[in-house]
Formats: sequence, structure tokens, C-alpha cells
Amino acid sequence: MAKNKDVLLRIRDLRIEAQTDDEWQEIVHGVNLTLHRGEVLGLIGESGAGKSTIGLAAMGFARDGCRISGGSVEFDGMELTTSSPSALRALRGSRIAYVAQSAAASFNPAHKIIDQHVEAPVMYRIRKRAEAQEDAMQLYERLRLPNPQEIGFRYPHQVSGGQLQRAMTAMAMACRPDLIIFDEPTTALDVTTQIEVLAAIRDIVDQFDTAAIYITHDLAVVAQMADRIKVLLKGEEIEEASTEKMLEDPQEDYTRSLWAVRSFERQQKPRPDDGTKPVVSVQDIDAAYGDTKVLEDVSFDIYPGMTVAVVGESGSGKSTTARCITGLLPPAKGRILFDGTEMPPAFRQRSKDQLRQVQMIYQMADTALNPRLRIGEIIGRPARFYGGLRGVKLKNRVDELLGLIELEPSKFYSRFPPELSGGQKQRIGIARALAAEPRFIICDEVTSALDQLVAEGILKLLDRLQKELGLAYMFITHDLATVRAIADEVVVMQRGRVVEQGPKDEMFQPPHHPYTDLLLSSVPEMDPNWLTALLEERGVDNVGEAAKV
Amino acid sequence: MSHFVLGYFAVLIAASCLAAYFGRRPVFMLLFVLTLASALAGLFGGVPALRFLTGAAAVLALAAGISYAFREFLAIVFGGEAERELKNAPLTAIFGLFVIAVYAIAAVFAPIIAPFGQAEVVSSAFAPADAHMLLGADQLGRDMFSRIIFGARNSVGIALMATLLAFFFGALGGLIAAVRGGVIDTLIGRIADVIMSVPSLIFSLLMLSIFGTSIVVIVIVVAVIYSPRVFRLTRAVAGNIVVMDYIEAARLRGEGDWYLIRREILPNATAPLVAEFGLEFCFVFLLISGLSFLGLGIQPPTADWGSMVRENATLISFGELTPLIPAAAIALLTVAVNFVVDWMLWRSSGLKE
Repeated sequence: MAKNKDVLLRIRDLRIEAQTDDEWQEIVHGVNLTLHRGEVLGLIGESGAGKSTIGLAAMGFARDGCRISGGSVEFDGMELTTSSPSALRALRGSRIAYVAQSAAASFNPAHKIIDQHVEAPVMYRIRKRAEAQEDAMQLYERLRLPNPQEIGFRYPHQVSGGQLQRAMTAMAMACRPDLIIFDEPTTALDVTTQIEVLAAIRDIVDQFDTAAIYITHDLAVVAQMADRIKVLLKGEEIEEASTEKMLEDPQEDYTRSLWAVRSFERQQKPRPDDGTKPVVSVQDIDAAYGDTKVLEDVSFDIYPGMTVAVVGESGSGKSTTARCITGLLPPAKGRILFDGTEMPPAFRQRSKDQLRQVQMIYQMADTALNPRLRIGEIIGRPARFYGGLRGVKLKNRVDELLGLIELEPSKFYSRFPPELSGGQKQRIGIARALAAEPRFIICDEVTSALDQLVAEGILKLLDRLQKELGLAYMFITHDLATVRAIADEVVVMQRGRVVEQGPKDEMFQPPHHPYTDLLLSSVPEMDPNWLTALLEERGVDNVGEAAKV
Repeated sequence: MSHFVLGYFAVLIAASCLAAYFGRRPVFMLLFVLTLASALAGLFGGVPALRFLTGAAAVLALAAGISYAFREFLAIVFGGEAERELKNAPLTAIFGLFVIAVYAIAAVFAPIIAPFGQAEVVSSAFAPADAHMLLGADQLGRDMFSRIIFGARNSVGIALMATLLAFFFGALGGLIAAVRGGVIDTLIGRIADVIMSVPSLIFSLLMLSIFGTSIVVIVIVVAVIYSPRVFRLTRAVAGNIVVMDYIEAARLRGEGDWYLIRREILPNATAPLVAEFGLEFCFVFLLISGLSFLGLGIQPPTADWGSMVRENATLISFGELTPLIPAAAIALLTVAVNFVVDWMLWRSSGLKE
């Protein structure tokens, strides 16, 4: 026992099964894990690797339709797999806490933040209500939330996403747990906001000497947070090592492939100088939702065969610009030229041919494809609608499109979208856009919901299609690695204005506009000391303010 | 103590022991609680109470057995995808399907099944049941059993037509309101509010006394009364669908409203609408029966369960249960439809996962 004293959590040969149509299938195949007091372990892998499932199992919990079928989970000398529900309940929230990916979905919108914060300590009789509130305010201050005395008395929708995520971390801390499980806490946040949350989490874990399991698919993030990293693939452990060792010298091929994903980079193409007109020219547009102005004097050109990346935080007007170009939101001022001729501002006034030329690929392939239509119809409809194809001709065209996006036509033609994986769905979205034979495609965060390996495949596909079909892309993203990979020109937006634009290579070289600089420096790097160095450079206490420049 | 009582408790205790042995906790709890409850019932009610409990249990067991067999039957008949759905369906839903199937057969083949015509006077008033008349005669000497069989055709048929019509109006209005939005949405919404603000029974009584009580009028009036509910549900369901990206993609393609409704929205709204259909059918059915009971619904001599209850109501004061048979027919169908609807709601809501 004495030897185990500093081991907080020990998982041995953990097996978890999930139910699919009456059958139990193993999804976690015997994972071992040891966590010492005060240590941070990073769990990394693609979606479906079983990261979250293992994270939840560390609390003795299995999702609905899942069950822990073998192995042991030992928390501080207590075996969780055989514990009674009430014993587990006493543990959760007080000694083991959980921080979910979406704080917005995890807070109850009907109660104030602080009321939800004090619920656990009051229920476990660790603190009296007033003390717990006092403690919450101190935690808010430590996490550098603005107005720590008052922010707790707001409702969840009244604070920003990054603040809510920090409030949730504070809530996890309310009972001073021994172990916190962070399940992708920054994945849904902008890079600038991510820094604040990462710094806050790291500080507070340090201060209270809490052990943590940090689940993410972003290597650069985990490099900042974890002492040790464990790589998972399809419910099996690939390798585990200390962070430095893992980054410098990964042993397994799979790990190396994860590391190499960000290496895809394409040569920048120059603008055509033979007097070709831009395929899309956005000139001085203003746009507003009701009385709220969201775009001001936005102008940029997109030339045939080129990719223009539009970057900025959420709320900077990237997607609104796309809505103006497609005609969903007619601009209040300014013009949108297509091939030199002005297009009617609202899509209902545009001709069928004008609509055909501009296509869109969406971020969430789940909501972008009708789940009740077969793939053949989803892709075939634009070809039929614009090209008037029928019967055999239509079938051949759909097969050709499926071949173009590297999916086997005979296998996919009559399937429904929910039967497909995320990457396959996104490919179908691309095929639907291509079916219209457009000259210009708007890609709205097309890779941000995908795993890195899958995202890279999509980027390569888009690049190949551009070369073959001479397409122009407007690439909306907040991920600068994507920009580096695929863009020819970059437009940086902040609060509805274009703050800087130019060719990619110039944009990644100093001098930058201060906002561009902030964006660039906020992208996590693989260096484990990157966050520390960055915070020092910015001055630790200014993290919050720095993001609001 | 009689052999019956001894046997009764022996069976219960043996069954609960078996359940405990095989580790079926819920079954064991049910049986054991039943044993305790029976002991109490036996103490206060004596042997008749126990006999009643046995009878009830036998009826339940029969229903469960029929449902189980019917499920196997359906699974074999349909096969494939449907077979898997059916295997996962609860027995109550199958029981509901079974009852609906029986009613449907009765309605379609009424003239063949019924021994007499629905308006045929074959005996004296209130004649008791005999070999020819299974349930006796009504107040005019017509065969009760035949009238109940024909009643299935009339009551259910008219309720079905009215519900279909209500769904046609309501769903179409809801879909158009969701797709178009703006003024059209407001306009249809306000019309629906006006109809809903009048109490339905009063409204239908008023309309029926103005336009007469022909079947066409009944169907239209009931459809108008119930279409606002369907409208509100459809609009809410479709409202969640029209904000999806695939609708935006279709709009940007330049697709017309009719295509949006038909191909993009309707396939995604079917499940809740079908569930609502079952629910509305029950309400419509009860309203029509109520109207018939009040004398403004289906007119004599056409057999209808609602009016049959009223016509024979006098018998209740003599301790006869015959008037309750048509009422029970109504109740059984309502319960059966609700069982099926519950199953469909459960399937469409994703609770199964």
C-alpha cells in the first residue's frame, strides 16, 4: 500500500462494450493507465479512439448503451467498477470532476452561474452557501474572469464562450477535487480565447496540485498541458511517454503520422497578370442584422483558380461576408461583381445560372445533407436541376462525381447520409457543390469539425479539384494551419472590417497588423514551452486584455 | 381453505421463486408484490376477490400471448428491416396493432361477419341474448352484435376521413407557413388561433345545427376544428427543419417551395406527424362519438357506437351492462391506437438510443 500512496488513479486492462442492435461490441480493448497525484495526463487520438469513453470510465461511468465489461478502475484505493451507484455519486463532483467540451450545453440556462457553482459544495456539506459563493468569486479571480464579484450572478448566455468555459473549470474546482477530467475543453473556442482558457486551466491545476486527464485531438494543445501523453487508436493504446520524449522521438508509425499532418503545404500561386477579371469581386459592402452593423467596407477580389482564405475570430464577420456573396443577406451598401458584372443582391432575384456559379460547402456535414435522401439524389439533384439530366445520363454523372471525390459509386449511390463517416459526408457535400459545375465555391470552416488526418484528406481533395477544374475558393476558417496549407491570399477580418489582406507568404512574414500578430502568435505550437513563453511575452496578467485588442 | 386458494398462492410463490432463481429482479418484485397484495385481498374480499384477480391475470396473460404470437406472425409476414423493428417493439404496441387489425377486418367485412343488417328489426325490444343474438337486442329489437360490427365501419370510417382531412389542411398550412414565413405565416397562424379559441364541442354543435347533420358536413366540421392543432405541430417541426443547412443549400440552388416541402422537409417530419395522426384520430373519434351521443352526429338508423350508448342507456338502470359494450369498443380502440402511437413517438424521438 505504501508504494501506491502517490498513485491516484490506476486503470488496468479496461474493456468497454457498446451496444449496437442487441449485440455488444468491444470499443475499448484493454487500456492501462496510471495517474499520480498532481500529474496531468494527455489522452490523444482521432474521434472514435475511445478517449472520452476512457475519461468517463475514470469516474466509474459508462454512457447509455455502454458498459464496462472488464478490468479495474482504482481511484485512491477504491475500486470503482464494483462500487455501488451511491458510493460513486458521492465521489463525482466532490473528488472527481468533469469539464465537458461545450460549456454552453453543460450549464443549465435557467440558473445563474454561481448558483450552479455552489450546488455541489453545499450538497456535499463541504461549505456553507455563503462561504461557497465567496470561494467561487476567488476562483473566478484566479481564473482571471472579468468582474469576479459579479460575473457569477449572470446567466450562462450572458457571458462569452471562453468565459463560460473558465467558469466551468472553476465549478469543477468548487470541491477541490483530486482529479479533473477535461474533455476537449477548448476545441470549440477561437485560438485567441483558447489561450486564456489553457492558461487558466494550467494555473489552477498547478496551484491546487490537482491531477488531471486532458482529452484532446490537438497535439499542440496537449503539449502545453500534459506531463505525459498517451496516444490511442480505435480503443487501443499505441504508446505512452513523457511529453518531451513523445514530441521529439515518437516510436510508432501512427504517432508519427499524427505529428506529420500539419506538414501539408501548397505552393502559393500568384494572381494572373494577363488581365483576367476576378471571378468574384466584393466591393465596399456593409451589412447589418436589423440595427446591428456587422460588416463595414469589406472589399476583396478572388481570381479564377485561386484560394482566398478569410480568417478571424468568431463574430468577426467571415460567415456574414459569405452570406452576402450568396445573396442570403443582401448588403446594405456596396456591390458584388461576378466575372465583372454586378449580381442582384438577393438570391431570389438571381437567375438560375448566376445561382449555379456560386456554390457552398458547409462546416457541419451533418446538417448540410438531408438525412432522409439517398446520396444519389443529393448529388444528382443539382445536375438534374441545372443541367436537366435524366435517367442514365444522370446516373452516369453522379457516378462520375462520386469518382471525383474518391468514393466508390456502387457502394455509396443508394446509401443515406447518417450511414457515412464525417469525412465521407463532407466529401458528399463537396460533390453536391461540384454537381452544379460552379466556378466559385465558398468553403465555410469545412475542416474544423473533422479529425486532423481526415481534414488533411479533404484539403488535398479540394486542392486537386481546384487544379483539375480551375475553381476559385473562398476559404473561411479560424485555423491558421489550414490557411498555411491551402491559401494563396489571406484576408484578415476583425469586428466586421478587413484589417489586412495580401498574398499568403507576405502575411506570414512580419510586420503584421497587431490583430494579425495576435492571431498568429495564438496558434499553439508543438513546443511544450510555447505557452509559458507566450504568456511571459504578453505579461501573464494581460492575457484577458490581450485577446481584446 | 379451498383448493383454489391453496393452488393460487402455490403458483404465485413458485413463480416468484423461479424469477428470483433466474435473476429476473423486476419480474420477481412484480410477482412477490402480487402475492402480498393477494394475501390482503383474500383477507378482506375472500375467495371472490381472488377469483377476480385470477380472471384479470388470465385476461392479461391472454392479451400478452396474443401480442407475442402476433408479433412473430407480423415478423414472418414482413421480414427484413420490418422484422428487426418489430422484434424491438414492446408487446403493448403489438397488442395495439392487433386490435386495430381486428377493427379493420370488422369494418371492411361487416356485411359478411354480421348475422343481420344494421337497421333490421329481428326481435322484440331489449330481447336478452340467445343463440342467434350474441349480445341481445336494442330498444327497437335490432341485433346488438350486428350493430357493433357495422358501427366499426361507420364510426371508425368517418373518424378516419375527418382526421385525414384535418391533416391535409393542417400539415399543408404548417409547411407553407414554415417555408414562407413572414405575412403568410402570421395570417395562417391567426386563423388557426381563431378556430382554436372556440370550444370545439360548442363550435361543432353550432355548425351542425346550421348546416344539417349529413356525413359530409360532420367530416368537414370536425376536420376544420382539428386542423389548427396539426398546423401548430407541423409548423413547429418544420420550423426546426427549415433552419438546417441543407434547406439553405436547396434555396440557394433556386428550388421552389413545393420541392422544399415535398423532398426536403416532409421526409424529415414524417415520424412526429404519424405519431400525431394516431393521437388526433383518438380525439376526433371521441368527438364524433360525443356528437352522436348528443344526437347531432351520425344519424339513425346508421349504427354508431356513440349513439348506441345513448339509445340503450335506459338499460343501465336495470343493472344491464350491454350499453357499455359500444363504449368499451370505443375505449379499446383509443387505448390500442395510443399504444401504437407511444411506440412510434418512442422510435421517432430517438429515446431508443
